[in-house]
Amino acid sequence: MNTNIKTREYTTVSEVAGPLMVVEGVEGVSYSEIVEIQTPSGEQRSGQVLEVNKDVAVVQVFEGTIDLNTKTTKTRFTGETAKIGVSKDMIGRIFNGIGRPIDGGPEIIADDELDINGSPMNPVSREFPEEFIQTGISTIDGMNTLVRGQKLPIFSGSGLPHNDFAAQITRQAKVLGDDSDFVVIFAAMGITHEEANFFMNDFERTGAIENVTVFMNLADDPAIERIMTPKMALTTAEYFAFELDMQVLVILTDMTNYCEALREISAARGEVPGRRGYPGYMYTDLASIYERAGRIDGKKGSITQMPILVMPQDDITHPIPDLTGYITEGQIVLSRELFRKGIYPPVNVLPSLSRLMSGGIGGDKTRDDHSGVSDQLYSAYAEGRDLRDLVAVVGEEALTERDQKFLKFAEAFESKFITQSKDEDRTIFETLDLGWELLEILPKSELKRVKEEFIEKYLSKSDDE
Amino acid sequence: MIIKGNIIKIAGPVIVADGMRGTQMFEMVKVGNNNLIGEIIELEGDTATIQVYEETAGIQPGEVVESTGGPLSVELGPGVMGSIFDGIQRPLEIIKEASGDFIARGVDAPSVNKDKKWTFKPVAKVGDIVKPGDVLGEVQETTAVLQKILVPPMHGGKIKSIVSSGEYNVLEDIAEIETEDGDKKVQMLQKWPVRKGRPYEDKLDPDVPLVTGQRAQDTFFSVAKGGTAAIPGPFGSGKTVTQQQLAKWADADIVIYIGCGERGNEMTEVLTEFPYLEDPKTGNPLMDRTVLIANTSNMPVAAREACVYTGITIAEYYRDQGYDVALMADSTSRWAEAMREISGRLEEMPGEEGYPAYLASRLAQFYERAGRVNTLGTDSKIASISVVGAVSPPGGDLSEPVTQNTLRICKVFWALDASLADKRHFPSIDWLQSYSLYIDSIQGWWEKNVAPDWRNVRDEAMVLLQKESELQEIVQLVGRDALPDTEQVTLETSRMLREDFLQQNAFDDIDTFCTPEKQYSMLKTILLFQKEAIAAVEDGANVQSVVELPVKERIGKMKYIPENEFSDEISKIQNDITKECSEA
Repeated sequence: MNTNIKTREYTTVSEVAGPLMVVEGVEGVSYSEIVEIQTPSGEQRSGQVLEVNKDVAVVQVFEGTIDLNTKTTKTRFTGETAKIGVSKDMIGRIFNGIGRPIDGGPEIIADDELDINGSPMNPVSREFPEEFIQTGISTIDGMNTLVRGQKLPIFSGSGLPHNDFAAQITRQAKVLGDDSDFVVIFAAMGITHEEANFFMNDFERTGAIENVTVFMNLADDPAIERIMTPKMALTTAEYFAFELDMQVLVILTDMTNYCEALREISAARGEVPGRRGYPGYMYTDLASIYERAGRIDGKKGSITQMPILVMPQDDITHPIPDLTGYITEGQIVLSRELFRKGIYPPVNVLPSLSRLMSGGIGGDKTRDDHSGVSDQLYSAYAEGRDLRDLVAVVGEEALTERDQKFLKFAEAFESKFITQSKDEDRTIFETLDLGWELLEILPKSELKRVKEEFIEKYLSKSDDE
Repeated sequence: MIIKGNIIKIAGPVIVADGMRGTQMFEMVKVGNNNLIGEIIELEGDTATIQVYEETAGIQPGEVVESTGGPLSVELGPGVMGSIFDGIQRPLEIIKEASGDFIARGVDAPSVNKDKKWTFKPVAKVGDIVKPGDVLGEVQETTAVLQKILVPPMHGGKIKSIVSSGEYNVLEDIAEIETEDGDKKVQMLQKWPVRKGRPYEDKLDPDVPLVTGQRAQDTFFSVAKGGTAAIPGPFGSGKTVTQQQLAKWADADIVIYIGCGERGNEMTEVLTEFPYLEDPKTGNPLMDRTVLIANTSNMPVAAREACVYTGITIAEYYRDQGYDVALMADSTSRWAEAMREISGRLEEMPGEEGYPAYLASRLAQFYERAGRVNTLGTDSKIASISVVGAVSPPGGDLSEPVTQNTLRICKVFWALDASLADKRHFPSIDWLQSYSLYIDSIQGWWEKNVAPDWRNVRDEAMVLLQKESELQEIVQLVGRDALPDTEQVTLETSRMLREDFLQQNAFDDIDTFCTPEKQYSMLKTILLFQKEAIAAVEDGANVQSVVELPVKERIGKMKYIPENEFSDEISKIQNDITKECSEA
């Protein structure tokens, strides 16, 4: 690296447009470098170099460009890429979207300064995630199991109770039989004060705050800061996980706001837009966030991610959920239909999926019948739902006895298995037993997805009870 | 001659340098103080536009760009097999040693170990007249792969000298050939530019199937050796598992697996699983005949653009030695998106959905490098590269440009369907949407090797499945009981076809692989049930009792019968079908 960094100050701002500012006549500016900006009124802001062309630098201003002029705005190029000072003391603290403390506490004395962009994890260094995390929620534990090092987003719609759901998971998540340090990093992007308060109150009420580090970018903070927020959170997470051996759960909410901010910058730069105006590099950009989940061979810690995103118009094919789904290892989908029926949590298991489930379940991790029960519940519920459509046309009487049982199963599945209260923490064994209880509704010959031995072992068992 | 220029502009992975006159299109360059690897993608006067294969943060205008004199190339020779490379053929293990668990920039990691000694056994003699593609000698590269050291293209002539059997590293001269352009020294290591296909004698018709042991693929939608197949699948439809099953089980000598822009954890699954997988053919580790190329979605985008070329060039190198190579690219959509991203940074005029206008021709060029060929050389061999490309259509919308352009080229289409996956029907290949254009050309192989009536059995089953979808529409309206008895039987049989034949459990030790013979017998058995049950119903048997015969459960468990017990079991089942149906 070029170590000969002298401080370079310029007042040669030639253009301000949207979140961007063009500085001319600069020298030795590097790509992605951080810029300190003094507004004409003396306020300090920061920005980042987006493009350098000979002696012209395009800078994105994090706290917004309001008040900047092309005459007296001072810019200082720091020669450094964006960094965050990290320390164990960050646990229990609240920061703004660009890593400054906003809880009135002291500044953090950094143990290390880390580049927030990180570096890609070498695929050979990764360790495959296969340790079961119990969230206490049947639809997740039983059928879409979360494992340490996974990235499992929650796809929601506006008005659905994804915040309650996320808070419940944050509260209940634990690894069975493991007592290593567990921390939650909560990164909020563009959420409202109300939502922020909900989470803060919930964390305080339950005592969770002791173990939470919060990065808070609220809806009225500059959109552009949102670009930095997840990177700040994940850099901190990497420090906790791989330097301090902690188990870190990162909740990112709401990724839709992040993508909107990305689009805003892209549009301001006049880039060729991709689908629905989002930039063509959105996939790469999202990947650089989501892919920071994982485990490293030989290290104790792990980073598990649960991004939450609100699907515009509940449309799962919208670019944001679509690209997210291609990077993350599955998704938990909340359904408006179930929500309207008064079911909480309204998890629609059919489009939900955990791709890393098979590695995290089974005899030594959960229970030997787990995968069979899960498959059987899935296919029976899918069949029951199909039949429901049929009933709408032909009426229930036209169904065979077998089909009526499936119909009944689907109802029971929704009212007993999916439904649980906001403070109900079910163990995985309770979840699986509940599954067997429901499967009893069906004829035994229809239980094709479960091995014979498990039917004998568990189905009869629930008969006895 | 090395040309040095200076950076004038940086925007993400694309930089512009001036003072570059004299460099060539697609020449590899070293960028900046960190010696990042880049490739020239546009020349204008003195300036060159360069795509950089590594993160560009921290680079400044004025830093030096240095040409290397050649295009982006791969190193081919002993030591390639069994490796795990990044998109530009740097071994990830070496990068790990150099920079730890996270990939730093500017790591210089040689593709092939230059110091390791290999036991070279000459085959050719001094005085032999050799053509390009002739074998000079052999190296046992891994337990599974005997690497043949070939006369490189353009190097035909008379052998002036060749070393005797012994230990050599890849850079030592092993032979000298007197060619028309003077004497040329040959080493075991060859360099080949990735964007240029390696030459072969001629292409052959694809008339041998690539047996994959996957029932839906082999029986219904078979891909030929040297053929091309596309798997488009919306996310969550089991595309990755389907491809990994192919990598594990397809009857190819060499497997090249390109993880292009895919998930890190999934790549890790491949990377951790492959070394422990046993090759069903030899009992050796599968990794002995596998090359993995891993460019996860958070690794630099330009290297993603290059990785499919790196993969297919390595595939061609082994094809030239006479091997059948299966190449999986997961996913070509990520590759196309990398092209789009770079194109956007170049401010090129976008085509459909922002993809560059040259998308179709790039895809076609890539898939055309597949094929079953006669290799170069005096003893020309038949060898093949079969390409299976995964496509990830955004929102599952098959009308998007990458899928459409791929379908125009590929002969096989395995349509993965999310709603099947929802019902846990795996592999979720939609039997009505999928197709294979190789069925006619490989029919002969099945008739000769499996059963003379294979085509009839296959087609009959296909008709039943088609019929089912028509009947289902009627059932939706009037209910199942309104159908005539025979059609109710048809519905039942086609359900068996779906659940007991098409569904295959990749995670079950036995069901994960199914031989063509077993596939044929299973299908035959289900069709026998159809025939006998129809006959029984026509004889006046109660349709309900026919579809509830006890033998049905055994048909459902057929797939879990081990191969060695299979032929006995199946004849018992077939006997019982006949017996129970006649008694019903």
